[in-house]
Amino acid sequence: MRDLVSEMASCLSVDGVRISRKGKVLLDVSQLSLDGPGPTLILGPNGSGKSLLLRCLHGLIVPDRGQVRQDGVVLNANHKARQGMVFQQPVLLRRSVAANLDFVLKRQGFSRRLRKSRIEGLLAEGGLDGKARQSARSLSGGEAQRLAILRALALDPETLFLDEPTSALDPNATQMIERMILRASSRSVRIVMVTHDIGQARRLAADIVMMQGGHVVEHGVAKQVLDAPESDAARRYLAGGLVT
Amino acid sequence: MQGFASEFSSALSLILNGDAELWAIVLLSLKVSVFAVLISALIGMPVGAALAVARFPGRRVLIVLMNALMGLPPVVVGLLVYLMLSRSGPLGVLELLYTPTAMIIAQVVLVTPIVAALTRQVVEMLAEEYSEQLRSLGVSRLASVPVLLWDARLALLTALLAGFGRAIAEVGAVIIVGGNINHVTRVMTTTIALETSKGNLALALALGAILIGIAVAVNAMVSTLSLRAEQEGLRHA
Ligand SMILES: Nc1ncnc2c1ncn2[C@@H]1O[C@H](COP(=O)(O)OP(=O)(O)O)[C@@H](O)[C@H]1O
Ligand SMILES: [Mg+2]
Repeated sequence: MRDLVSEMASCLSVDGVRISRKGKVLLDVSQLSLDGPGPTLILGPNGSGKSLLLRCLHGLIVPDRGQVRQDGVVLNANHKARQGMVFQQPVLLRRSVAANLDFVLKRQGFSRRLRKSRIEGLLAEGGLDGKARQSARSLSGGEAQRLAILRALALDPETLFLDEPTSALDPNATQMIERMILRASSRSVRIVMVTHDIGQARRLAADIVMMQGGHVVEHGVAKQVLDAPESDAARRYLAGGLVT
Repeated sequence: MQGFASEFSSALSLILNGDAELWAIVLLSLKVSVFAVLISALIGMPVGAALAVARFPGRRVLIVLMNALMGLPPVVVGLLVYLMLSRSGPLGVLELLYTPTAMIIAQVVLVTPIVAALTRQVVEMLAEEYSEQLRSLGVSRLASVPVLLWDARLALLTALLAGFGRAIAEVGAVIIVGGNINHVTRVMTTTIALETSKGNLALALALGAILIGIAVAVNAMVSTLSLRAEQEGLRHA
């Protein structure tokens, strides 16, 4: 019999996850499997639980009930070490650009020489060459977000989570970041990204998760979800109407 | 007025001619306060960082207590340290009363709460900003302490300078535990107090000028550092 497991791409799945605070259910996802090869984009109105879902998938929040699994195994420290996360507002250390990357590489135990060449490669990848010694806090919004992505990539992640990484950026800066994301995806880093920009979803997504009121209302191939949504909520969100 | 002018010019000549007694007093002041601040940093920074990061019952009470200690009247600190160090006190056997060490102890008691409270404030602010990102990078709560302290370094240096400013300008505590003994425990502030009362205004004025110079220098450094810390989005409340 053929070994099925080794042939499957790593799969991230959510099983009966529920989070409530003060009697209010904030997230309630009975079943969700992310196993496609391309980027997954999570869409939905403000407050629909997109960020909560991302934090659950990354293990930053332990749900009150249910589990997140990777390849069928409940999410553990080894999995988390191979997951990177980029927040809406980049949180950069008050150090130089290079030191922000070095921080992550050092923790993985790379030698000084290896770290130096890895940093050079990463800076080139993010178009930040020549900025190595600059204070990270003095970068522009787009540069800062690129550095945050590079730092997540320095973890050599299996999965990269991004929470509305371009929501505060102009079209040019957004395009640079979308290119970085697509390059990472083509190197088979799994991308799971929240956005409220339907155009961005169209440009990047292989599959789309549509959220509403803490629930996943639709999950499917991007083109299908965007062009012929099945749920009312998704239809109304895509039409730009109010979803209540 | 004529007397004042001549006192002033002899004060100036004391400074410019490098009067040995004057500079010995300045040097001792600096030594005592620098030592005191270094010891306060060793105690206050870890305590402040621990209070910022750890969660345990009674934490809020400790923070309030620490903030209250910041406002301790120096004379009372002098009295308490005196009682500890006096011959019949619990630490009397060490025979530290009326030594520079006693003055260092008094200044440590005064400065440590300042360093600890400011460290707590800054590190807590930074921890709030960093905590999710650090957890995402797999940094444990304990391992985050040195990261936070290092990233708060500008603000912490400001706190230390503020502590130094308080220590070097303080007179009430050191005069009680140091005794203002000539060539042994006379520092700038206590000498100014004594010489002024004796009518020896030249030495008092010379020391006063130097003390002001130090205060101005410290304040200039504090504002420069705070400005830079602010640019990095971090400053004391
Ligand atoms: N720690 C929390 N405590 C209480 N409510 C929260 C918490 N985090 C998020 N929420 C609530 O959960 C809902 C979903 O939040 P979120 O996932 O951030 O939405 P979004 O889809 O805009 O990212 C919101 O109503 C928010 O107010
Ligand atoms: Mg959100």
